[in-house]
Amino acid sequence: MSTDSKVVNTHKHAHHFKDGQHEFQSSMLGVWLFLATEILMFGGLIVAYIIYNSMYPEVFAEGAKFLDWRLGATNTIVLLLSSWTMVMGVRSAQTNNNKLCVKYLLATIVFGAIFMGIKYYEYTHKFHLGLYPGELFSFTGGEASNLALYFSFYFCLTGMHGLHVIIGILLIIWVLLRAKKNEFNSEYYTPVEGVGLFWHLVDVIWIYLFPMLYLI
Amino acid sequence: MSSASTEHNYINHEKGLWSWLTTLDHKRIGILYMITVMTFFAVGGIFALLVRAELFSVGPGILGTASNFNQAMTLHGALMIFMVVIPGIPAFMGNFILPLHIGAKDVAFPRLNLLSWYCLVVGACVSLVSLIYNGVDTGWTFYTPYSIHTDNGTTWVVLGAFIMGFSSILTGVNFIATTHKLRCKGMSFFRMPLFVWGLYSTAVLQVLATPVLAITLLLLIMERIVGVGIFDPKLGGDPILFQHFFWFYSHPAVYIMILPAMGIISEVITTFSRKTIFGYKAIAFSSIGIAVVSFFVWGHHLFVSGQSEVAAVIFSFLTMLVGVPTAIKTFNWVATLYKGSIQFQSPMLFALGFLFLFTIGGVTGIMLATIAVDVHFHDTYFVVAHFHYVMVGGVLMALMAGIFYWFPKMFGKMYNETGAAISFVLIFCGFNVTFFPQFILGAMGMPRRYFDYLEVYEPLNRVSTIGSGIIAAGFVVALIVIIKGLRSGEKAPANPWGGKTLEWETASPPIHENFVTEPEVTAGPYEYR
Repeated sequence: MSTDSKVVNTHKHAHHFKDGQHEFQSSMLGVWLFLATEILMFGGLIVAYIIYNSMYPEVFAEGAKFLDWRLGATNTIVLLLSSWTMVMGVRSAQTNNNKLCVKYLLATIVFGAIFMGIKYYEYTHKFHLGLYPGELFSFTGGEASNLALYFSFYFCLTGMHGLHVIIGILLIIWVLLRAKKNEFNSEYYTPVEGVGLFWHLVDVIWIYLFPMLYLI
Repeated sequence: MSSASTEHNYINHEKGLWSWLTTLDHKRIGILYMITVMTFFAVGGIFALLVRAELFSVGPGILGTASNFNQAMTLHGALMIFMVVIPGIPAFMGNFILPLHIGAKDVAFPRLNLLSWYCLVVGACVSLVSLIYNGVDTGWTFYTPYSIHTDNGTTWVVLGAFIMGFSSILTGVNFIATTHKLRCKGMSFFRMPLFVWGLYSTAVLQVLATPVLAITLLLLIMERIVGVGIFDPKLGGDPILFQHFFWFYSHPAVYIMILPAMGIISEVITTFSRKTIFGYKAIAFSSIGIAVVSFFVWGHHLFVSGQSEVAAVIFSFLTMLVGVPTAIKTFNWVATLYKGSIQFQSPMLFALGFLFLFTIGGVTGIMLATIAVDVHFHDTYFVVAHFHYVMVGGVLMALMAGIFYWFPKMFGKMYNETGAAISFVLIFCGFNVTFFPQFILGAMGMPRRYFDYLEVYEPLNRVSTIGSGIIAAGFVVALIVIIKGLRSGEKAPANPWGGKTLEWETASPPIHENFVTEPEVTAGPYEYR
């Protein structure tokens, strides 16, 4: 792990900020506000889940039986590991080590891809059984009267989350390409930090979805 | 930097259409919003006129069929809400004025700012795709389950509203960060102009409420495409949940519209009274107060939808609570007028019109918050009249006040004062002629959103339709005044009204980076006497 000694600060802060520090703080405020909107958006879905779960507990109890908690748990661990590599990526950018940053970001992308791979396997298995959301539901073996509703929530929640994982991966690729060009240093690492925060939020949401859908 | 001697300004800083479409300058983006909003306002206004023309007499009229009427009514509502009054004041006026008001060079995130304008335009275009299909006839509220099963156009309008939501969110994020991080030297929170307080409270609402609408509309789209059934009773879903979600956004949304409008009124009234505003802190805190309480009143839209009686009572109480900070503002404005040296120039005329009309709108709002009264008035023209008194009498009057107040600053030219005053008289009178009869119609029991009505309602409907023509004439006059001002208006001085806030200290129109040197503030925003 060699530290890049010849750090060139290529980033110039935008004209309406006093200095790089001022720009960084403003950008982080923006990112946090954006994360608040994400929480409220998922919050809407989660409120709907709580309402229906309390109205039809038997539907949700039976629905959860069709999910494999081992796959869910594996995905939880995968995402937690990806959060760690993300933190290390930010840390390496802060310590002027773009090369190491690239490696950690790559690892994060790989973990994200594993997560999506497992999700893909889970989805195709459900589709195979006819466990579709709502109207398309064609599974006939269930005992609860309206099992389709459980899968509406399952696919909406994990689908929204999966979409965020994909967006997260794309953002990390963008940051990775910039790290390859040695753009980050202890003075300027705003994009890595911002994308990192987004990635952690995506992880945290999964931490809630996993027990809600697989365990309860 | 007092007189406007400099030739270099933000308008001639760069040239060509492309430089406007790729601009990062908040002032230019503000102008882009102005053009967009005015265009949509014209289209939405034409639909309103069609609706009123149809209701001129009993039986089929100009629109021919009930289905056409429903579509015109829906397009009027959706256009005016999502493309005019929501972006109108924050995105258009706010973009132009906010950085000037706090002595900044730009908003915190100029690129996001441009992106938010493109979100609005793309969202609007997507909405218009619906016209290829058989239109949209759900009303702007998209209530389920009807909206799940009606024609294909609905998907496009809902998707368009979803995309426009990003525009609103990005503007909100931008304005909060700008207000916190880019205030000039000496500009403490309590030295900010009240328009900034209004924009700030609005931005908080935009950031916290819009995502809930986003997920609701997304679920509605999924409902229509794959039938997820969360809002569809046929599949075990609950349509009332849609109403809860929808109004959790859409009630705060009416404060997204009105809070910055109140900000403009605070600016205009203090400037044209030549007097320090009465109760600065009270007005500032009441903006935040309204924003907070507005999150807990959505249930007043569901008094007859089947929510529990306990919930209805609580929502009724909380709704009346909003009246308190609103009244605080109104009393403070009136107290500012007291013993002021009032000048009746057109921005002030519109502001005084606002005071009169908005008070009627607000007081009828309290009537509607009373459960027993609402059960009678629900879904009648009384609600339509109340809503238009708040939105047109409130928001649009304030928007017009703002346009005429800041026109010299925006374009460096003066407009014809007499013409602007005539437009005010026409809009103000026409508005009352149109909507006051609707209070009576509603009390008589005429239901809203209907293509036809009983004969007893005809005379008042005729009055109302004639009024809508007077309003239209008023806005046409205003448009002519604006265009003539742009083409051949006299050169405006830096500070034509004797305003005390920072935007009047720079040239008209302002230079590219707003101020020659960073301003330093040593006192409050309205130090008159």
